[in-house]
Amino acid sequence: MLELTLNHYLAVSAILFALGIFGIFLNRKNVITILMSIELMLLAVNINMVAFSAYGNNLEGQIFSLFILTVAAAEAAIGLAILVVFFRNRGSIAVEDVNILKG
Amino acid sequence: MVFDLTDILPALPEMILATLALVLVLVAAYGGESARNAQRVTRIALGGIVLALALIWSSSVGNETAFGGMFRADSFAGYMKILVLLGTFCALYMSITPLAKDDINKPEFALLVMLALVGMMLMISANDLMSLYMAVELQSLPLYVVAAMRTNSLRSSEAGLKYFLLGALSSGMLLYGASLVYGFAGTTSFSGIAAAVSADQLPVVFIVGMVFMVSGIAFKISAAPFHMWTPDVYQGSPSPVTALFAIAPKVAAMALMMRLTYGAFGSIEAEWSQVLVALSIASMVVGALGAIMQTDIKRMMAYSSIAHMGYALAGLAAGTQQGALGVMIYMTGYIFMGAGAFAIILLMRRDGQSATRVADLQGLSRTHPTLALGLMIMMFSMAGIPPLAGFFGKWYVFLAAVNAGLVPLAVIGVVMSVVGAFYYLRIIKIMYFEDADEPLDAEIPVANKLVLGVSIAVILLFFIGLSPLLETAGFAADALMAQL
Repeated sequence: MLELTLNHYLAVSAILFALGIFGIFLNRKNVITILMSIELMLLAVNINMVAFSAYGNNLEGQIFSLFILTVAAAEAAIGLAILVVFFRNRGSIAVEDVNILKG
Repeated sequence: MVFDLTDILPALPEMILATLALVLVLVAAYGGESARNAQRVTRIALGGIVLALALIWSSSVGNETAFGGMFRADSFAGYMKILVLLGTFCALYMSITPLAKDDINKPEFALLVMLALVGMMLMISANDLMSLYMAVELQSLPLYVVAAMRTNSLRSSEAGLKYFLLGALSSGMLLYGASLVYGFAGTTSFSGIAAAVSADQLPVVFIVGMVFMVSGIAFKISAAPFHMWTPDVYQGSPSPVTALFAIAPKVAAMALMMRLTYGAFGSIEAEWSQVLVALSIASMVVGALGAIMQTDIKRMMAYSSIAHMGYALAGLAAGTQQGALGVMIYMTGYIFMGAGAFAIILLMRRDGQSATRVADLQGLSRTHPTLALGLMIMMFSMAGIPPLAGFFGKWYVFLAAVNAGLVPLAVIGVVMSVVGAFYYLRIIKIMYFEDADEPLDAEIPVANKLVLGVSIAVILLFFIGLSPLLETAGFAADALMAQL
Protein backbone atom coordinates (compact mmCIF):
# COMPACT_ATOMS: atom_id res chain seq x y z
CA MET A 1 0.00 0.00 0.00
CA LEU A 2 1.44 3.31 -1.07
CA GLU A 3 1.63 5.91 1.67
CA LEU A 4 0.97 9.50 0.66
CA THR A 5 3.79 11.83 1.61
CA LEU A 6 4.35 15.55 1.20
CA ASN A 7 6.39 14.90 -1.94
CA HIS A 8 3.40 13.35 -3.72
CA TYR A 9 1.38 16.49 -3.14
CA LEU A 10 4.25 18.68 -4.26
CA ALA A 11 4.65 16.63 -7.44
CA VAL A 12 0.96 16.93 -8.33
CA SER A 13 1.08 20.64 -7.67
CA ALA A 14 4.25 21.11 -9.74
CA ILE A 15 2.68 19.22 -12.67
CA LEU A 16 -0.50 21.32 -12.48
CA PHE A 17 1.54 24.51 -12.28
CA ALA A 18 3.62 23.50 -15.31
CA LEU A 19 0.42 22.65 -17.20
CA GLY A 20 -0.86 26.11 -16.38
CA ILE A 21 2.30 27.81 -17.66
CA PHE A 22 2.37 25.75 -20.85
CA GLY A 23 -1.33 26.42 -21.31
CA ILE A 24 -0.55 30.13 -21.39
CA PHE A 25 2.45 29.98 -23.72
CA LEU A 26 1.63 27.12 -26.10
CA ASN A 27 -2.04 27.87 -26.55
CA ARG A 28 -2.64 29.66 -29.88
CA LYS A 29 -6.42 29.49 -30.03
CA ASN A 30 -8.57 31.11 -27.41
CA VAL A 31 -8.07 33.66 -24.65
CA ILE A 32 -10.58 31.84 -22.42
CA THR A 33 -8.14 28.92 -22.33
CA ILE A 34 -5.49 31.27 -20.96
CA LEU A 35 -7.87 32.38 -18.20
CA MET A 36 -8.42 28.72 -17.34
CA SER A 37 -4.67 28.14 -17.28
CA ILE A 38 -4.25 31.01 -14.84
CA GLU A 39 -6.85 29.44 -12.55
CA LEU A 40 -4.98 26.16 -12.80
CA MET A 41 -1.75 27.83 -11.67
CA LEU A 42 -3.42 29.41 -8.66
CA LEU A 43 -5.06 26.12 -7.69
CA ALA A 44 -1.72 24.33 -7.95
CA VAL A 45 -0.35 26.87 -5.48
CA ASN A 46 -3.31 26.15 -3.19
CA ILE A 47 -2.47 22.44 -3.16
CA ASN A 48 1.08 23.36 -2.18
CA MET A 49 -0.07 25.67 0.58
CA VAL A 50 -2.53 23.22 2.12
CA ALA A 51 -0.09 20.30 1.88
CA PHE A 52 2.70 22.28 3.53
CA SER A 53 0.29 23.44 6.17
CA ALA A 54 -0.97 19.93 6.96
CA TYR A 55 2.47 18.32 7.01
CA GLY A 56 4.22 21.23 8.74
CA ASN A 57 1.64 21.53 11.52
CA ASN A 58 0.96 25.22 11.14
CA LEU A 59 -2.17 27.00 9.98
CA GLU A 60 -0.75 29.85 7.95
CA GLY A 61 -0.84 27.93 4.66
CA GLN A 62 -4.53 27.19 4.97
CA ILE A 63 -5.33 30.82 5.75
CA PHE A 64 -3.17 31.85 2.80
CA SER A 65 -5.08 29.49 0.49
CA LEU A 66 -8.38 31.12 1.50
CA PHE A 67 -6.96 34.49 0.50
CA ILE A 68 -5.76 33.03 -2.80
CA LEU A 69 -9.22 31.62 -3.56
CA THR A 70 -10.80 35.02 -2.94
CA VAL A 71 -8.31 36.90 -5.07
CA ALA A 72 -8.58 34.29 -7.84
CA ALA A 73 -12.32 34.94 -8.03
CA ALA A 74 -11.78 38.70 -8.29
CA GLU A 75 -9.06 38.20 -10.86
CA ALA A 76 -11.28 35.98 -13.03
CA ALA A 77 -14.07 38.55 -12.86
CA ILE A 78 -11.78 41.37 -13.98
CA GLY A 79 -10.21 39.22 -16.69
CA LEU A 80 -13.58 38.29 -18.15
CA ALA A 81 -14.73 41.92 -18.00
CA ILE A 82 -11.67 43.09 -19.94
CA LEU A 83 -12.18 40.23 -22.38
CA VAL A 84 -15.78 41.31 -23.03
CA VAL A 85 -14.58 44.87 -23.73
CA PHE A 86 -11.95 43.51 -26.09
CA PHE A 87 -14.50 41.33 -27.89
CA ARG A 88 -16.81 44.32 -28.45
CA ASN A 89 -13.99 46.20 -30.16
CA ARG A 90 -12.37 43.34 -32.07
CA GLY A 91 -15.22 40.90 -32.68
CA SER A 92 -13.00 37.97 -31.80
CA ILE A 93 -11.21 36.50 -28.82
CA ALA A 94 -8.70 34.38 -30.73
CA VAL A 95 -5.17 34.75 -29.39
CA GLU A 96 -3.82 35.51 -32.87
CA ASP A 97 -6.15 38.50 -33.12
CA VAL A 98 -4.61 40.19 -30.06
CA ASN A 99 -2.00 41.74 -32.34
CA ILE A 100 -2.67 45.43 -32.93
CA LEU A 101 0.12 46.68 -30.66
CA LYS A 102 3.59 45.74 -31.79
CA GLY A 103 6.77 47.43 -32.81
CA MET B 1 -4.88 37.79 21.11
CA VAL B 2 -6.47 41.02 22.29
CA PHE B 3 -7.23 43.53 19.62
CA ASP B 4 -5.91 46.96 20.46
CA LEU B 5 -6.84 49.96 18.36
CA THR B 6 -3.38 51.51 18.71
CA ASP B 7 -1.99 48.40 17.03
CA ILE B 8 -3.23 49.60 13.65
CA LEU B 9 -2.22 53.25 14.03
CA PRO B 10 0.99 52.90 11.95
CA ALA B 11 -1.27 52.13 8.98
CA LEU B 12 -3.32 55.31 9.43
CA PRO B 13 -2.47 56.89 6.02
CA GLU B 14 -3.42 53.67 4.22
CA MET B 15 -6.66 53.41 6.17
CA ILE B 16 -7.58 57.01 5.39
CA LEU B 17 -6.96 56.45 1.68
CA ALA B 18 -8.86 53.15 1.67
CA THR B 19 -11.84 54.69 3.47
CA LEU B 20 -11.76 57.63 1.08
CA ALA B 21 -11.74 55.22 -1.87
CA LEU B 22 -14.87 53.52 -0.51
CA VAL B 23 -16.56 56.90 -0.02
CA LEU B 24 -15.60 57.77 -3.60
CA VAL B 25 -17.41 54.64 -4.77
CA LEU B 26 -20.61 56.23 -3.49
CA VAL B 27 -19.78 59.67 -4.90
CA ALA B 28 -19.02 58.10 -8.28
CA ALA B 29 -22.18 55.98 -8.22
CA TYR B 30 -24.62 58.69 -7.10
CA GLY B 31 -23.03 61.59 -8.96
CA GLY B 32 -23.52 59.98 -12.36
CA GLU B 33 -21.26 59.61 -15.38
CA SER B 34 -20.92 63.34 -16.07
CA ALA B 35 -17.58 65.06 -16.61
CA ARG B 36 -18.25 67.31 -13.63
CA ASN B 37 -18.61 64.31 -11.35
CA ALA B 38 -15.39 62.83 -12.72
CA GLN B 39 -13.62 66.09 -11.84
CA ARG B 40 -15.18 66.11 -8.38
CA VAL B 41 -14.03 62.54 -7.66
CA THR B 42 -10.52 63.33 -8.88
CA ARG B 43 -10.29 66.46 -6.74
CA ILE B 44 -11.40 64.60 -3.61
CA ALA B 45 -8.84 61.89 -4.38
CA LEU B 46 -6.11 64.51 -4.78
CA GLY B 47 -7.10 65.98 -1.40
CA GLY B 48 -6.78 62.53 0.16
CA ILE B 49 -3.33 62.06 -1.32
CA VAL B 50 -2.19 65.43 0.06
CA LEU B 51 -3.54 64.46 3.49
CA ALA B 52 -1.70 61.12 3.42
CA LEU B 53 1.49 62.89 2.29
CA ALA B 54 1.22 65.34 5.19
CA LEU B 55 0.61 62.51 7.67
CA ILE B 56 3.62 60.50 6.51
CA TRP B 57 5.80 63.59 6.26
CA SER B 58 5.03 64.73 9.80
CA SER B 59 4.97 61.32 11.49
CA SER B 60 7.87 60.48 13.75
CA VAL B 61 10.03 57.86 12.09
CA GLY B 62 9.95 54.84 14.31
CA ASN B 63 10.13 51.19 13.51
CA GLU B 64 6.60 50.05 14.12
CA THR B 65 4.59 47.06 12.99
CA ALA B 66 0.86 46.68 12.77
CA PHE B 67 -1.66 43.90 12.12
CA GLY B 68 0.31 41.35 14.10
CA GLY B 69 3.60 42.04 12.35
CA MET B 70 2.21 41.86 8.79
CA PHE B 71 2.68 45.57 8.18
CA ARG B 72 5.86 47.50 8.87
CA ALA B 73 6.09 51.29 9.02
CA ASP B 74 9.71 52.44 9.21
CA SER B 75 11.65 55.31 7.69
CA PHE B 76 12.29 53.26 4.52
CA ALA B 77 8.53 52.80 4.08
CA GLY B 78 8.02 56.51 4.75
CA TYR B 79 10.58 57.54 2.11
CA MET B 80 9.22 55.24 -0.60
CA LYS B 81 5.60 56.07 0.22
CA ILE B 82 6.31 59.77 -0.21
CA LEU B 83 7.76 59.03 -3.66
CA VAL B 84 4.74 56.92 -4.65
CA LEU B 85 2.27 59.49 -3.33
CA LEU B 86 4.05 62.31 -5.18
CA GLY B 87 4.11 60.30 -8.40
CA THR B 88 0.45 59.34 -8.18
CA PHE B 89 -0.47 62.94 -7.33
CA CYS B 90 1.28 64.23 -10.47
CA ALA B 91 -0.31 61.60 -12.73
CA LEU B 92 -3.79 62.12 -11.29
CA TYR B 93 -3.47 65.92 -11.28
CA MET B 94 -2.58 65.95 -14.98
CA SER B 95 -5.53 63.67 -15.78
CA ILE B 96 -8.15 66.28 -14.82
CA THR B 97 -7.06 68.77 -17.44
CA PRO B 98 -9.53 69.50 -20.23
CA LEU B 99 -7.16 67.87 -22.73
CA ALA B 100 -7.08 64.51 -20.97
CA LYS B 101 -10.82 64.43 -20.52
CA ASP B 102 -11.79 62.68 -23.71
CA ASP B 103 -9.45 59.83 -22.89
CA ILE B 104 -10.71 58.89 -19.47
CA ASN B 105 -13.74 61.01 -18.79
CA LYS B 106 -15.12 58.76 -16.08
CA PRO B 107 -15.48 59.09 -12.32
CA GLU B 108 -14.19 55.57 -11.69
CA PHE B 109 -10.73 56.44 -12.98
CA ALA B 110 -9.59 58.35 -9.88
CA LEU B 111 -11.36 55.81 -7.71
CA LEU B 112 -9.44 52.88 -9.19
CA VAL B 113 -6.19 54.82 -8.97
CA MET B 114 -6.87 55.39 -5.27
CA LEU B 115 -7.36 51.66 -4.69
CA ALA B 116 -4.16 50.89 -6.59
CA LEU B 117 -2.40 53.55 -4.51
CA VAL B 118 -3.45 51.83 -1.28
CA GLY B 119 -2.10 48.59 -2.75
CA MET B 120 1.21 50.25 -3.63
CA MET B 121 1.60 51.67 -0.12
CA LEU B 122 0.82 48.28 1.42
CA MET B 123 3.41 46.69 -0.90
CA ILE B 124 6.04 49.05 0.46
CA SER B 125 5.10 48.12 4.02
CA ALA B 126 4.64 44.38 3.42
CA ASN B 127 6.29 42.28 6.12
CA ASP B 128 4.70 38.90 5.52
CA LEU B 129 4.07 36.72 2.45
CA MET B 130 0.32 37.06 2.88
CA SER B 131 0.32 40.86 3.09
CA LEU B 132 2.79 40.90 0.19
CA TYR B 133 0.43 38.91 -2.04
CA MET B 134 -2.71 40.80 -1.06
CA ALA B 135 -0.95 44.14 -1.58
CA VAL B 136 0.40 43.13 -4.99
CA GLU B 137 -3.07 42.08 -6.11
CA LEU B 138 -4.72 45.19 -4.69
CA GLN B 139 -2.26 47.22 -6.74
CA SER B 140 -2.55 45.14 -9.92
CA LEU B 141 -6.28 44.51 -10.30
CA PRO B 142 -7.33 48.20 -10.51
CA LEU B 143 -4.44 48.93 -12.88
CA TYR B 144 -5.60 46.20 -15.31
CA VAL B 145 -8.98 47.93 -15.47
CA VAL B 146 -7.44 51.39 -15.77
CA ALA B 147 -5.34 50.25 -18.76
CA ALA B 148 -8.56 49.25 -20.57
CA MET B 149 -10.31 52.47 -19.51
CA ARG B 150 -11.15 53.67 -23.03
CA THR B 151 -13.74 51.00 -23.61
CA ASN B 152 -14.42 52.01 -27.21
CA SER B 153 -10.77 51.88 -28.23
CA LEU B 154 -9.33 48.64 -29.56
CA ARG B 155 -5.80 49.62 -28.58
CA SER B 156 -6.73 50.39 -25.00
CA SER B 157 -8.68 47.17 -24.50
CA GLU B 158 -5.89 45.15 -26.06
CA ALA B 159 -3.40 46.82 -23.73
CA GLY B 160 -5.64 45.97 -20.79
CA LEU B 161 -5.97 42.36 -21.92
CA LYS B 162 -2.22 41.89 -22.36
CA TYR B 163 -1.48 43.58 -19.07
CA PHE B 164 -4.00 41.37 -17.33
CA LEU B 165 -2.78 38.08 -18.82
CA LEU B 166 0.91 38.69 -18.15
CA GLY B 167 0.21 40.28 -14.77
CA ALA B 168 -1.83 37.28 -13.69
CA LEU B 169 0.95 34.97 -14.88
CA SER B 170 3.46 36.94 -12.81
CA SER B 171 1.22 36.79 -9.71
CA GLY B 172 1.02 33.05 -10.22
CA MET B 173 4.80 32.76 -10.30
CA LEU B 174 5.17 35.01 -7.27
CA LEU B 175 2.65 32.89 -5.43
CA TYR B 176 4.22 29.56 -6.36
CA GLY B 177 7.55 30.86 -5.09
CA ALA B 178 5.84 32.09 -1.92
CA SER B 179 4.34 28.63 -1.33
CA LEU B 180 7.76 26.94 -1.60
CA VAL B 181 9.40 29.51 0.65
CA TYR B 182 6.60 29.15 3.18
CA GLY B 183 6.80 25.36 3.03
CA PHE B 184 10.47 25.23 3.88
CA ALA B 185 10.54 28.10 6.38
CA GLY B 186 7.33 26.97 8.09
CA THR B 187 6.18 30.55 8.49
CA THR B 188 5.03 33.39 6.28
CA SER B 189 6.58 36.28 8.22
CA PHE B 190 9.71 37.84 6.70
CA SER B 191 11.67 37.72 9.96
CA GLY B 192 10.68 34.07 10.44
CA ILE B 193 11.86 33.22 6.92
CA ALA B 194 15.16 35.03 7.46
CA ALA B 195 15.69 33.15 10.72
CA ALA B 196 14.75 29.77 9.23
CA VAL B 197 17.49 29.62 6.59
CA SER B 198 21.21 30.15 6.75
CA ALA B 199 23.72 30.28 3.93
CA ASP B 200 25.50 27.00 4.78
CA GLN B 201 22.46 24.71 4.76
CA LEU B 202 20.12 25.77 2.05
CA PRO B 203 17.52 23.46 0.48
CA VAL B 204 17.40 23.71 -3.33
CA VAL B 205 13.64 24.09 -3.25
CA PHE B 206 14.01 27.20 -1.12
CA ILE B 207 16.28 28.75 -3.75
CA VAL B 208 13.77 27.80 -6.45
CA GLY B 209 11.07 29.52 -4.42
CA MET B 210 13.24 32.60 -4.03
CA VAL B 211 13.94 32.75 -7.78
CA PHE B 212 10.20 32.41 -8.57
CA MET B 213 9.37 35.25 -6.18
CA VAL B 214 12.06 37.54 -7.55
CA SER B 215 10.89 36.77 -11.12
CA GLY B 216 7.31 37.55 -10.17
CA ILE B 217 8.31 40.97 -8.87
CA ALA B 218 10.63 41.48 -11.86
CA PHE B 219 7.47 41.30 -14.01
CA LYS B 220 5.97 44.14 -11.99
CA ILE B 221 9.05 46.37 -12.36
CA SER B 222 9.30 45.26 -16.03
CA ALA B 223 12.87 44.05 -15.81
CA ALA B 224 14.03 42.06 -18.86
CA PRO B 225 13.43 39.18 -19.68
CA PHE B 226 10.03 39.79 -18.07
CA HIS B 227 9.42 43.07 -19.89
CA MET B 228 7.29 41.83 -22.84
CA TRP B 229 4.10 43.55 -21.69
CA THR B 230 5.62 46.96 -21.09
CA PRO B 231 5.88 48.50 -24.59
CA ASP B 232 2.42 47.28 -25.65
CA VAL B 233 0.73 48.44 -22.46
CA TYR B 234 2.46 51.83 -22.51
CA GLN B 235 1.51 52.40 -26.13
CA GLY B 236 -2.07 51.14 -25.95
CA SER B 237 -3.20 52.71 -22.69
CA PRO B 238 -4.60 56.24 -22.64
CA SER B 239 -1.71 58.70 -22.09
CA PRO B 240 -2.64 59.79 -18.52
CA VAL B 241 -2.74 56.09 -17.57
CA THR B 242 0.66 55.51 -19.18
CA ALA B 243 2.01 58.42 -17.14
CA LEU B 244 0.76 56.74 -13.99
CA PHE B 245 2.20 53.34 -14.99
CA ALA B 246 5.56 54.89 -15.73
CA ILE B 247 5.86 56.63 -12.38
CA ALA B 248 4.19 55.08 -9.36
CA PRO B 249 3.88 51.25 -9.57
CA LYS B 250 7.54 50.83 -10.57
CA VAL B 251 8.70 52.59 -7.41
CA ALA B 252 6.38 50.49 -5.24
CA ALA B 253 7.46 47.21 -6.85
CA MET B 254 11.12 48.20 -6.49
CA ALA B 255 10.52 48.89 -2.80
CA LEU B 256 8.88 45.49 -2.45
CA MET B 257 11.88 43.87 -4.15
CA MET B 258 14.16 45.60 -1.64
CA ARG B 259 12.04 44.54 1.33
CA LEU B 260 12.04 40.96 0.15
CA THR B 261 15.71 40.63 -0.74
CA TYR B 262 17.17 42.64 2.16
CA GLY B 263 14.59 41.33 4.63
CA ALA B 264 13.25 37.83 4.11
CA PHE B 265 16.22 36.65 2.04
CA GLY B 266 18.78 38.80 3.84
CA SER B 267 20.80 35.79 4.97
CA ILE B 268 21.27 34.36 1.47
CA GLU B 269 22.46 37.51 -0.26
CA ALA B 270 24.94 35.61 -2.44
CA GLU B 271 22.09 33.65 -4.07
CA TRP B 272 19.72 36.47 -5.03
CA SER B 273 22.55 38.80 -5.95
CA GLN B 274 23.35 36.59 -8.98
CA VAL B 275 19.72 36.65 -10.10
CA LEU B 276 19.59 40.44 -9.81
CA VAL B 277 22.86 40.84 -11.73
CA ALA B 278 21.37 38.79 -14.61
CA LEU B 279 18.12 40.78 -14.54
CA SER B 280 20.03 44.04 -14.40
CA ILE B 281 22.29 43.29 -17.37
CA ALA B 282 19.38 41.99 -19.46
CA SER B 283 17.27 45.07 -18.67
CA MET B 284 20.03 47.55 -19.45
CA VAL B 285 20.77 45.87 -22.81
CA VAL B 286 17.13 45.39 -23.83
CA GLY B 287 16.20 48.90 -22.72
CA ALA B 288 19.06 50.60 -24.54
CA LEU B 289 18.87 48.63 -27.79
CA GLY B 290 15.08 48.24 -27.93
CA ALA B 291 14.40 51.96 -27.76
CA ILE B 292 16.54 52.87 -30.75
CA MET B 293 14.11 51.72 -33.42
CA GLN B 294 10.91 52.99 -31.80
CA THR B 295 8.75 55.50 -33.64
CA ASP B 296 6.13 55.96 -30.91
CA ILE B 297 7.28 58.08 -27.99
CA LYS B 298 5.24 56.13 -25.43
CA ARG B 299 6.84 52.91 -26.66
CA MET B 300 10.23 54.57 -26.41
CA MET B 301 9.49 55.63 -22.84
CA ALA B 302 8.61 51.99 -22.08
CA TYR B 303 12.05 50.82 -23.18
CA SER B 304 13.58 53.76 -21.35
CA SER B 305 11.89 52.65 -18.14
CA ILE B 306 13.11 49.06 -18.68
CA ALA B 307 16.64 50.43 -18.89
CA HIS B 308 16.14 52.59 -15.78
CA MET B 309 14.99 49.54 -13.83
CA GLY B 310 18.13 47.75 -15.00
CA TYR B 311 20.33 50.55 -13.60
CA ALA B 312 18.44 50.56 -10.31
CA LEU B 313 18.76 46.78 -10.03
CA ALA B 314 22.52 47.15 -10.43
CA GLY B 315 22.55 49.01 -7.10
CA LEU B 316 20.25 46.48 -5.51
CA ALA B 317 22.44 43.57 -6.69
CA ALA B 318 25.25 44.99 -4.55
CA GLY B 319 23.22 43.93 -1.52
CA THR B 320 24.74 46.58 0.72
CA GLN B 321 23.44 49.62 2.59
CA GLN B 322 25.10 51.75 -0.08
CA GLY B 323 23.20 49.84 -2.76
CA ALA B 324 19.87 50.48 -1.08
CA LEU B 325 20.79 54.15 -0.76
CA GLY B 326 21.68 54.30 -4.47
CA VAL B 327 18.36 52.75 -5.50
CA MET B 328 16.46 55.26 -3.37
CA ILE B 329 18.32 58.23 -4.90
CA TYR B 330 17.73 56.72 -8.35
CA MET B 331 14.00 56.31 -7.72
CA THR B 332 13.76 59.90 -6.44
CA GLY B 333 15.15 61.23 -9.69
CA TYR B 334 13.13 58.70 -11.71
CA ILE B 335 9.69 59.88 -10.58
CA PHE B 336 10.49 63.50 -11.39
CA MET B 337 11.98 62.63 -14.80
CA GLY B 338 8.90 60.52 -15.56
CA ALA B 339 6.45 63.18 -14.37
CA GLY B 340 8.21 65.91 -16.34
CA ALA B 341 8.49 63.89 -19.55
CA PHE B 342 4.86 62.79 -19.42
CA ALA B 343 3.68 66.34 -18.66
CA ILE B 344 4.91 67.09 -22.20
CA ILE B 345 3.85 63.80 -23.82
CA LEU B 346 0.30 64.43 -22.57
CA LEU B 347 0.33 67.72 -24.49
CA MET B 348 1.27 66.08 -27.79
CA ARG B 349 -1.98 66.64 -29.63
CA ARG B 350 -2.93 67.81 -33.08
CA ASP B 351 -6.48 69.10 -33.64
CA GLY B 352 -7.44 67.61 -30.30
CA GLN B 353 -6.29 64.10 -31.26
CA SER B 354 -3.37 62.66 -29.35
CA ALA B 355 -0.29 62.44 -31.59
CA THR B 356 2.41 60.36 -29.96
CA ARG B 357 4.80 59.60 -32.82
CA VAL B 358 8.36 60.72 -32.17
CA ALA B 359 8.15 62.60 -35.47
CA ASP B 360 5.32 64.71 -34.07
CA LEU B 361 7.94 66.50 -31.97
CA GLN B 362 9.56 67.99 -35.09
CA GLY B 363 10.12 71.71 -34.79
CA LEU B 364 8.92 71.87 -31.20
CA SER B 365 11.69 74.34 -30.41
CA ARG B 366 10.09 76.90 -32.74
CA THR B 367 6.43 76.31 -31.95
CA HIS B 368 6.73 75.71 -28.18
CA PRO B 369 10.23 76.76 -27.02
CA THR B 370 9.52 76.22 -23.30
CA LEU B 371 8.21 72.70 -23.83
CA ALA B 372 11.21 71.84 -25.99
CA LEU B 373 13.55 73.17 -23.31
CA GLY B 374 11.71 71.17 -20.63
CA LEU B 375 11.81 67.95 -22.63
CA MET B 376 15.49 68.55 -23.38
CA ILE B 377 16.26 68.79 -19.65
CA MET B 378 14.30 65.56 -19.00
CA MET B 379 16.13 63.74 -21.81
CA PHE B 380 19.55 64.97 -20.62
CA SER B 381 18.71 63.85 -17.11
CA MET B 382 17.57 60.41 -18.29
CA ALA B 383 20.76 60.07 -20.29
CA GLY B 384 22.69 60.81 -17.09
CA ILE B 385 24.36 64.11 -17.95
CA PRO B 386 25.77 65.88 -14.87
CA PRO B 387 24.69 67.82 -12.83
CA LEU B 388 21.11 66.66 -13.38
CA ALA B 389 19.20 64.25 -11.15
CA GLY B 390 19.65 61.23 -13.41
CA PHE B 391 23.42 61.52 -13.17
CA PHE B 392 23.46 61.30 -9.36
CA GLY B 393 21.15 58.29 -9.41
CA LYS B 394 23.45 56.44 -11.81
CA TRP B 395 26.54 57.58 -9.88
CA TYR B 396 25.35 56.12 -6.58
CA VAL B 397 24.10 52.79 -7.96
CA PHE B 398 27.28 52.16 -9.96
CA LEU B 399 29.40 53.26 -6.99
CA ALA B 400 27.64 50.70 -4.82
CA ALA B 401 28.10 48.00 -7.48
CA VAL B 402 31.82 48.72 -7.79
CA ASN B 403 32.31 48.75 -4.02
CA ALA B 404 30.57 45.39 -3.79
CA GLY B 405 33.00 43.94 -6.34
CA LEU B 406 30.56 43.92 -9.27
CA VAL B 407 32.91 45.83 -11.59
CA PRO B 408 31.82 44.08 -14.85
CA LEU B 409 28.19 44.96 -14.06
CA ALA B 410 29.08 48.61 -13.56
CA VAL B 411 31.11 48.65 -16.79
CA ILE B 412 28.22 47.17 -18.78
CA GLY B 413 25.94 49.72 -17.13
CA VAL B 414 28.09 52.66 -18.14
CA VAL B 415 28.46 51.37 -21.72
CA MET B 416 24.71 50.83 -22.00
CA SER B 417 23.94 54.30 -20.69
CA VAL B 418 26.12 55.67 -23.48
CA VAL B 419 24.15 53.59 -26.01
CA GLY B 420 20.95 54.81 -24.35
CA ALA B 421 22.08 58.42 -24.68
CA PHE B 422 21.67 57.98 -28.46
CA TYR B 423 17.90 57.84 -28.44
CA TYR B 424 17.54 60.55 -25.83
CA LEU B 425 19.72 62.84 -27.94
CA ARG B 426 17.74 61.85 -31.04
CA ILE B 427 14.62 63.34 -29.43
CA ILE B 428 16.52 66.58 -28.85
CA LYS B 429 17.76 66.58 -32.45
CA ILE B 430 14.22 66.07 -33.75
CA MET B 431 12.90 68.92 -31.59
CA TYR B 432 15.62 71.41 -32.45
CA PHE B 433 16.90 70.63 -35.94
CA GLU B 434 13.92 69.31 -37.90
CA ASP B 435 11.01 71.26 -39.31
CA ALA B 436 7.38 70.51 -38.56
CA ASP B 437 4.67 70.18 -41.23
CA GLU B 438 2.05 71.27 -38.77
CA PRO B 439 2.53 72.51 -35.18
CA LEU B 440 1.09 70.76 -32.17
CA ASP B 441 -1.89 72.29 -30.37
CA ALA B 442 -1.00 75.42 -28.42
CA GLU B 443 -3.17 74.92 -25.35
CA ILE B 444 -1.15 74.13 -22.20
CA PRO B 445 -3.25 73.43 -19.09
CA VAL B 446 -2.04 74.77 -15.76
CA ALA B 447 -1.64 71.27 -14.29
CA ASN B 448 0.96 70.30 -16.88
CA LYS B 449 2.74 73.63 -16.43
CA LEU B 450 2.96 73.10 -12.68
CA VAL B 451 4.12 69.49 -12.86
CA LEU B 452 6.65 70.32 -15.55
CA GLY B 453 7.92 73.35 -13.65
CA VAL B 454 8.36 71.46 -10.39
CA SER B 455 10.06 68.55 -12.17
CA ILE B 456 12.49 70.84 -13.98
CA ALA B 457 13.27 72.65 -10.73
CA VAL B 458 13.92 69.40 -8.87
CA ILE B 459 16.09 67.96 -11.63
CA LEU B 460 18.15 71.13 -12.15
CA LEU B 461 18.62 71.80 -8.43
CA PHE B 462 19.08 68.18 -7.39
CA PHE B 463 22.72 68.74 -6.49
CA ILE B 464 21.84 71.52 -4.01
CA GLY B 465 19.49 69.30 -2.04
CA LEU B 466 21.74 66.29 -2.37
CA SER B 467 23.29 66.27 1.11
CA PRO B 468 20.02 66.39 3.12
CA LEU B 469 18.56 63.88 0.66
CA LEU B 470 21.49 61.55 1.16
CA GLU B 471 21.07 61.85 4.91
CA THR B 472 17.35 61.01 4.79
CA ALA B 473 17.87 58.17 2.33
CA GLY B 474 20.75 56.93 4.49
CA PHE B 475 18.45 56.69 7.52
CA ALA B 476 15.90 54.87 5.37
CA ALA B 477 18.53 52.44 4.05
CA ASP B 478 19.69 51.77 7.63
CA ALA B 479 16.10 51.02 8.61
CA LEU B 480 15.82 48.64 5.66
CA MET B 481 18.99 46.82 6.66
CA ALA B 482 17.88 46.60 10.28
CA GLN B 483 14.32 45.47 9.62
CA LEU B 484 14.66 42.01 11.11
